[in-house]
Amino acid sequence: MTDRAEVVLVTGVSRYLGAQVAARLAADPRIDCVIGMDREPLYAGWRETTNAADPRAPGGARQDPRRHFEFVRADIRTAEPGRVIAAGGVRTVVHLAVASGVGSQSGSRAAMKELNVIGTMHLLAACQQAPGLRKFVMRSSTAAYGASFRDPAVFTEETEPREMPRGGFARDVLDMEDYVRGFRRRRPNVAVTVLRFAPFVSHHASTSLTRYFAQPLVPTVLGRDPRLQFVHVDDALEILHRSVVEEHPGTYNVAGSGVITLSQAVRRAGRLAVPVVEPGMSALAGIARGFGRRFNLDQLDLFVHGRVVDTRRLVREYGFEPRPTSVAFDDFLRGTGDGEVLPREAVRAAERLVLDRIRQARAALKAAPDGHGGQASGGEAR
Amino acid sequence: MSGELPAGGSAHPGPAGSDRPEADIWDRRIATGLSFLRRRLTGEYEVDEFGFDRELTNGVFHPALRLLYRSWFRVEVLGVGHLPADGPALVVANHSGTIAVDALMLSLAVHDEHPAHRYLRLLGADLVFRMPFLSELTRKGGGTLACHPDAERLMAAGELVGVFPEGFKGVGKLYRDRYRLQRFGRGGFVSAALRTGTPIIPAAIVGAEEIYPMIGNLKPLARLLGTPYFPVTPTFPWLGPLGMVPLPSKWFIQFGEPMPTTGMAGQAEDPLAVFNLADQVRETIQQGLHDLLKIRGDRTG
Repeated sequence: MTDRAEVVLVTGVSRYLGAQVAARLAADPRIDCVIGMDREPLYAGWRETTNAADPRAPGGARQDPRRHFEFVRADIRTAEPGRVIAAGGVRTVVHLAVASGVGSQSGSRAAMKELNVIGTMHLLAACQQAPGLRKFVMRSSTAAYGASFRDPAVFTEETEPREMPRGGFARDVLDMEDYVRGFRRRRPNVAVTVLRFAPFVSHHASTSLTRYFAQPLVPTVLGRDPRLQFVHVDDALEILHRSVVEEHPGTYNVAGSGVITLSQAVRRAGRLAVPVVEPGMSALAGIARGFGRRFNLDQLDLFVHGRVVDTRRLVREYGFEPRPTSVAFDDFLRGTGDGEVLPREAVRAAERLVLDRIRQARAALKAAPDGHGGQASGGEAR
Repeated sequence: MSGELPAGGSAHPGPAGSDRPEADIWDRRIATGLSFLRRRLTGEYEVDEFGFDRELTNGVFHPALRLLYRSWFRVEVLGVGHLPADGPALVVANHSGTIAVDALMLSLAVHDEHPAHRYLRLLGADLVFRMPFLSELTRKGGGTLACHPDAERLMAAGELVGVFPEGFKGVGKLYRDRYRLQRFGRGGFVSAALRTGTPIIPAAIVGAEEIYPMIGNLKPLARLLGTPYFPVTPTFPWLGPLGMVPLPSKWFIQFGEPMPTTGMAGQAEDPLAVFNLADQVRETIQQGLHDLLKIRGDRTG
């Protein structure tokens, strides 16, 4: 068994995350071959991402990762994954063909659900038929916890959602995890890792969140200041990489420790928050504009209730701690630097100016009675 | 500019010398006030995972509440030594007063009177977290939802946790029922304390019952508004917003002896043990109320 080649199938390689993961794995000498699959043509930035890949593998990174990578253009909702897994002797499947929102890449909500739910179902069916499969890693999301005011402040992996989430993505994630649970039961010899990621941030990745914080006026929900948590994309890649080259069966929350509130995030970004009333369409519309029409109920729930997860299990199991949420967010801000309404330096300068003015005024007031006596200064003031 | 003050001081050693320390205090106050504003504007502060904003609590909430605490209710605190200097404890108190002012005064009492200036992390009903503004103010002030995961997480982190098991039955009771403890719900607070081995500290609060003497409850209106009750007091709703000014009753808060729960984790799932301990806590608080009322009666009469 040990001399069998380590072949990894990565789905969704035409997306940013998939391309990065495939590139890192291809550069790792512990992996013999990476097969990338996607129904879209290969990610345009693929060549750059392979150069940027930097796995901390024993023996260093490969100089020629492309020789260990193979692209198969196929839809996972066909017989193709089954054929590739059987013919290529795939030992590990990394399922990243997951769309978190309606948009240019994933199309309509129906297409998104088709990709997420039906795609996962088909892929798992193919995996179940593959006797050589040893590992299955899936990207999930903390959206699986839903959002409600009756939720605990911090979600552990065991927390069940109180209410069926309103958002499409959250529902998809619940369905996908359901299928994985069934797969775990049927194939107990496959190490299944489910990674529930917090929203991704980084200074080089463009997401709906990036566009949200890039506007000068940021719509928020009136009377709500949700607690948010992010994970830096580089840390997410590290966790995905380790899930493949090591073995960590189970479900894990992946997020940066700590919390920032939405109002705090808006202020740190030097933007102005525009609170909109929650009930009714005005808030929906306001936020929808903010997301550049890629708005969905997932984000509204997040912006009303917030979402914080416990990552102790991840840190214990992987021996790796994603950078804290505030650090990840600061790194993300480096990419949205311009367009600030309230830049930090300007506020600092204003503070100094006001302090100096008050000191001058107080010094003048003090100097007057001291110099000329109470009556004289009183006359002057008049 | 900094050179002007010493120069003035040397020219008039008498008055300027006596002015200087005061001037420095005000200069420091203005400087800290401005840097506080700047940090708030640029988001350079820390919030814990429950949403507790220590800087905002110290800088805004506590100073505002302190006015009520000192000048309006003239709160006196007994037995503050029963609170641990560090490590977890569950403070269980009686609830009253139509709106939960007692919770705010209790947390300020813990912070101001205890030598370690600890923060009391309050557990609130889900209604609090359904409401905009109130939910966020509660979180920023250190509160969170009264549920097992949150309570146990706070206690495991060594925090002082405050809970009012009477809930809305306590706050919304009528004036004639004052100082009569209501039912303690399911005793969930007891099982959380047992599971984490956290000592329970009973606290009795006297005075809160009189701030809004509730003589009636307009249930149909409450149902319409979705609130647990709609209070009628001698001043509210007759005087409008003026009726919302609390009466200046004299307050006493007494912390009782800690009730240890170490090594009793096995009983957390035993309903009888939980009910018995909850009853014991309830009786201790009721006794504390009687004692405090006697003290207050002696003092005023």
